[in-house]
Amino acid sequence: MPAVSKGDGMRGLAVFISDIRNCKSKEAEIKRINKELANIRSKFKGDKALDGYSKKKYVCKLLFIFLLGHDIDFGHMEAVNLLSSNKYTEKQIGYLFISVLVNSNSELIRLINNAIKNDLSSRNPTFMCLALHCIANVGSREMAEAFAGEIPRILVAGDTMDSVKQSAALCLLRLYKTSPDLVLMGEWTSRVVHLLNDQHMGVVTAAISLITCLSQKNPDEFKTCVSLAVSRLSRIVSSASTDLQDYTYYFVPAPWLSCKLLRLLQCYPPPEDGAVKGRLVECLETILNKAQEPPKSKKVQHSNAKNAILFEAIALIIHYDSEPNLLVRACNQLGQFLQHRETNLRYLALESMCTLASSEFSHEAVKTHIETVINALKTERDVSVRQRAADLLYAMCDRSNAKQIVAEMLSYLETADYSIREEMVLKVAILAEKYAVDYSWYVDTILNLIRIAGDYVSEEVWYRVIQIVINRDDVQGYAAKTVFEALQAPACHENMVKVGGYILGEFGNLIAGDPRSSPLVQFNLLHSKFHLCSVPTRALLLSAYIKFINLFPETKSTIQEVLRCDSQIRNSDVELQQRAVEYLKLSSIASTDVLATVLEEMPPFPERESSILAKLKKKKGPGAVSAGELEEGKREGGEVNGAERPGDNAAIAASNASTPSPSADLLGLRSAAPVSAAPVSAGSLLVDVFSEAGPAASTAGVNDDGFLSCSSALSSAPPSVVSEDPAPPLPESDELLNKFVCKNNGVLFENQLLQIGIKSEYRQNLGKLPNTLRNIVLLIFIALLNEILLNVQLKPVDPLVEGGAQVQQVINIECLSDFSDAPLLNIKFRYGGALQNLSLKLPVTINKFFQPTEMSSHDFFQRWKQLSQPQQEAQKIFKANHPMDTEVLKAKLLGLGTALLDNVDPNPENFVCAGVIQTKAQQIGCLLRLEPNAQAQMYRLTLRSSKDTVAKRLCELLSEQF
Amino acid sequence: MMRFLLLFSRQGKLRLQKWFLPLPEREKKKIIRDMVAMVLARKPRTCNFLHWRDLKIVYKRYASLYFCCGLEEQDNELLALEVLHRYVELLDKYFGNVCELDIIFNFEKAYFILDEFLMGGEIQETSKLSISKSIEASDMLQEVRGSVQAPYQSYQSQAASKKAIT
Repeated sequence: MPAVSKGDGMRGLAVFISDIRNCKSKEAEIKRINKELANIRSKFKGDKALDGYSKKKYVCKLLFIFLLGHDIDFGHMEAVNLLSSNKYTEKQIGYLFISVLVNSNSELIRLINNAIKNDLSSRNPTFMCLALHCIANVGSREMAEAFAGEIPRILVAGDTMDSVKQSAALCLLRLYKTSPDLVLMGEWTSRVVHLLNDQHMGVVTAAISLITCLSQKNPDEFKTCVSLAVSRLSRIVSSASTDLQDYTYYFVPAPWLSCKLLRLLQCYPPPEDGAVKGRLVECLETILNKAQEPPKSKKVQHSNAKNAILFEAIALIIHYDSEPNLLVRACNQLGQFLQHRETNLRYLALESMCTLASSEFSHEAVKTHIETVINALKTERDVSVRQRAADLLYAMCDRSNAKQIVAEMLSYLETADYSIREEMVLKVAILAEKYAVDYSWYVDTILNLIRIAGDYVSEEVWYRVIQIVINRDDVQGYAAKTVFEALQAPACHENMVKVGGYILGEFGNLIAGDPRSSPLVQFNLLHSKFHLCSVPTRALLLSAYIKFINLFPETKSTIQEVLRCDSQIRNSDVELQQRAVEYLKLSSIASTDVLATVLEEMPPFPERESSILAKLKKKKGPGAVSAGELEEGKREGGEVNGAERPGDNAAIAASNASTPSPSADLLGLRSAAPVSAAPVSAGSLLVDVFSEAGPAASTAGVNDDGFLSCSSALSSAPPSVVSEDPAPPLPESDELLNKFVCKNNGVLFENQLLQIGIKSEYRQNLGKLPNTLRNIVLLIFIALLNEILLNVQLKPVDPLVEGGAQVQQVINIECLSDFSDAPLLNIKFRYGGALQNLSLKLPVTINKFFQPTEMSSHDFFQRWKQLSQPQQEAQKIFKANHPMDTEVLKAKLLGLGTALLDNVDPNPENFVCAGVIQTKAQQIGCLLRLEPNAQAQMYRLTLRSSKDTVAKRLCELLSEQF
Repeated sequence: MMRFLLLFSRQGKLRLQKWFLPLPEREKKKIIRDMVAMVLARKPRTCNFLHWRDLKIVYKRYASLYFCCGLEEQDNELLALEVLHRYVELLDKYFGNVCELDIIFNFEKAYFILDEFLMGGEIQETSKLSISKSIEASDMLQEVRGSVQAPYQSYQSQAASKKAIT
């Protein structure tokens, strides 16, 4: 006879369930349910008081209806009434209903809490367990408030029954997860830790879940649990399979407890105490040894339980990452599993090898399994196993095997499941880039990728290949040839057309010598794809065409013809129409020189983190999302600023400025990262912050020709782009600034999160800038004292910056004309989830652009007299702030950037200096005289300059220095 | 920690749902739909593990019923399989050759047994003996009503030809 006969079968409930099961249609079922609901409602509302049994039966029916997927909006009160019944079954059904149906913010919670309170204090273990279960099931904040103080007491009380202890431990864990602030362990800590020593295995099993969670949050307070856990584990591992009676599961002693102990140990570093550590290593070795023993049972439960412990032990070994011997053994064990006939084990082995591959001790050992893994990728019947194999190949890839792995992944991609294609594409693209030794291989790989899985190739992937081709001139010819060949295919993917259009537009000339790929052949090939493409691709092709006109004047008439035809110049799409009109006009009115300048080859892109990597991180789960957001933000920033970046291809800039269309081919704009992060305050744009792409950008920058100015007129972009809502500069930033007037290196700013160091140096500009221009290179070192996410907008840095790491930003600054306000440096980063916004004044003052001028006494005074108009002089008499030490004064004046002239002033106590401030607009001569009066501890400072504002500003700056 | 446990039939009918973290009803329904669709689509002899959002899904079929649970990142999949198995064993011990019908008609018992075994998504007790003992103890507290139970018997006769799920 089944055990159910002992129960109190509720007849009405069984009838109802049978009825529902006999319903032939959904409609019939709903009809039956509505009838029942009406019946129950009338019973509940009726005048006659219901007895406990009926109440229980109806509540149970409601529960059944709810579990069928229907809404229940009454009966809660009756269920709460059942809680205070003294009949166990009624109470039990009441609690069940509440556990399943009451959500945490119900207004009934106070009534429920009352009933729970009564049961908790009843000292009847069965009632107490019911109450604890209810708390754990609902787990609301109100319940935590009501019971978080009581439950620890129940847990550690000496007279509590074991079963109640178990419930109390897990109930407390549940409340701790909802409201950690309400569960205060304090005084209970050590008694809770000692539950690990409890006689009753069930109590240990339940308590260890609680201890693990608490240890993760407060590792120091709970660290005594390590040695207890090790000794408990050691006792279990060395026990015979029969020692633990009912806690042995299919001949495996206490598998759940063993796994939990190993999991708890993963919250801590390896034990420092030698004896404890020795014991633990012994346990781990025993577990690894047992895996080699013949199984004690053929049942899958036996091997599952045994291997669960083994995998958990391996996870601990990987976590410690300090025992090369164990790591290699773990790897070998997983290697065996890779070929196991159990699919589950193959899956888990692949998964855990992924983490093993990142350890330096076992990376090589993992690599020896490459053939097996590749084989798994090819032959596994189960897509989720294949997915793990692909993950592992990605993790074990390094320079030595990249070509093989990429080739295998590519060939797998041809038949891969749709669900994993996109991720595979990203992975192939990343590996190809990361381990590319010769870039022709890289180009081949990406083009193959587009050919095989074009639909899954996201924009980031093809942006990236273009960035790389543009930055490496050794691969450009090869790339042009390869895309040309790829475009020969009768049907090629639109992404291929995009890459082809872009690359031929830039570098088509490199293959034009071959008659098989002459300019016209190239153009016709591209144009044959034009009509099948979407608007953004067509827009890109139009830009490629105008570039062709520049590269190959002989194609001009053909291309003009195309641009002129109605389908272009009257295209209903405004972007296409505008491009056609503008390009046509440009090609017919501009001289070859102007055309050549405007359509110049794209400058190299700044090196930056691969956007693909960011995308993969984003795909990989919520943990990486913030990095992804940063990446997005960066790109948007790039777009805004790119529009006025002089180095950008002018034609493209022009079309972008007229119709900013994010879908257009504005590769340069979308991925160019230089962003002026030094917004200049109060409308005085005096410094031009260049990107790292310095020389190329500057070359284009000084091209002061008609078209460029025309394009910036087209763009209504404001002259300076202020990064969005920078925080107001710190109040002390002026003071910080003053520290740097006379020195170039030092720490600008420091707080508990980060330290910003500055190292600035003057550089005669490299290459093509005229000698009159002088750039300052500021190297900013940002040393992070804690782990934060940093988004410096100048040069994208790795979005996640480790604690203690240093990030270096190089800012090139060119002075356009004199200025008095320092540029702002706005640093935004994430720390502990909160966005931090820090604004500082960059220590760039006008004197940083001094070029020292040596001159004789005669010359000095002659110039001095020339600058005799009152506004050309600024004078200040001030008290000394520092001791008047001649050597220190000299050092400061030299730090100022001027030449310190000896034997000029008749009074040897006085200092005179001369220098020329180099700005782009003009050169400003400055003379300085500092007269110390040692007796009065005063200085008189006089400055004369050809520009009044400069004299005044320098005087202000310097008066703070002495 | 286990986030949820679902029991559903091969036809996709949900037989038991247990949520160890409170979720809005809509979210629950979405998860149920996704799980049923994903698990039923699996071919035989594939592995018992899946990735879904940030959870590990472990499922196993026992006769006509699928047992399916969602685990957090750091949980052990193999052990979760044995959690499912132990639950089946407990049901089996209580009902005697448990079948889907037992769970349909005695759904409340299925919940009670689960509560003895798991709490807040963690293992509370692994010993089959202790759990059976406490369930028996609570059954002893129940008062016996109505010795003849016609519809229940008809369920029993249905169940007589039942196919045990173990």
